[in-house]
Amino acid sequence: MSNADIKSNRPLSPHIQIFKPILTMVMSIVHRITGAALYFGTVLVAWWLIAAASGPAYFDFVNEIYGSFLGRLILFGFTWALVHHMLGGIRHFIWDMGYGFGPQAREWLVRANLAGSIVITILLWIIGYAVR
Amino acid sequence: MSDMRTPLAKVRGLGSAKEGTEHFWRQRLSAVANVFLITFFVIFIIATQGASHAELTSALSNPVVAILMALTVASAVYHMKLGMQVIIEDYVHGEGLKYVTLIANTFFCALIGFGSVFAILKISFGG
Repeated sequence: MSNADIKSNRPLSPHIQIFKPILTMVMSIVHRITGAALYFGTVLVAWWLIAAASGPAYFDFVNEIYGSFLGRLILFGFTWALVHHMLGGIRHFIWDMGYGFGPQAREWLVRANLAGSIVITILLWIIGYAVR
Repeated sequence: MSDMRTPLAKVRGLGSAKEGTEHFWRQRLSAVANVFLITFFVIFIIATQGASHAELTSALSNPVVAILMALTVASAVYHMKLGMQVIIEDYVHGEGLKYVTLIANTFFCALIGFGSVFAILKISFGG
């Protein structure tokens, strides 16, 4: 028997698929997904800055894309991902300091994280439209 | 042969990668910086959204704004490079593909970082 056969015959440890999804677990995954989304979202920031450095004509062209309905929708999602990931990061800081591991505390933290990210995102966009 | 080293001796060797908790620590350090810098960034975006090219470049020509923007880009790009590295190490198991994606991660972050900082400096230096 080759080594590969021994490997394939080994029993597998249970992975996340067999567990009932609970809020803390889902939010852990969402934290990673928002991080990955923000990673690719930086292309929009770099493009915007480089457009501004390229001159008024090209900047107006990029501004128009960002200002379109689809552009705004993506930027709204970007804002939420950013706020959500930051609040999630603060949740991790609280855990790093040794607090918030109790059943009630961790449940409260994820709820505050989700509710906070939605409220702050909407507030930021209201402020954005109000100051223009 | 059994391992005769004490746990303390192993910790002093900083593990198999000889980095100990360095990756974790840098990830958290850039996260702390991001809390402040991204807050500045969001305020700046709200203040300049809808602005004309002249208004935006004049705002970015302020040295304090330019310095904070460059620091924001540097900290964010470093943080995301560390984060994506963990995602790749978690999900990409083929040795070859793992190295290709890890290298691509570094290149992408460097490109975003240098591109953005260059643009900020060009605008800030008046040009």
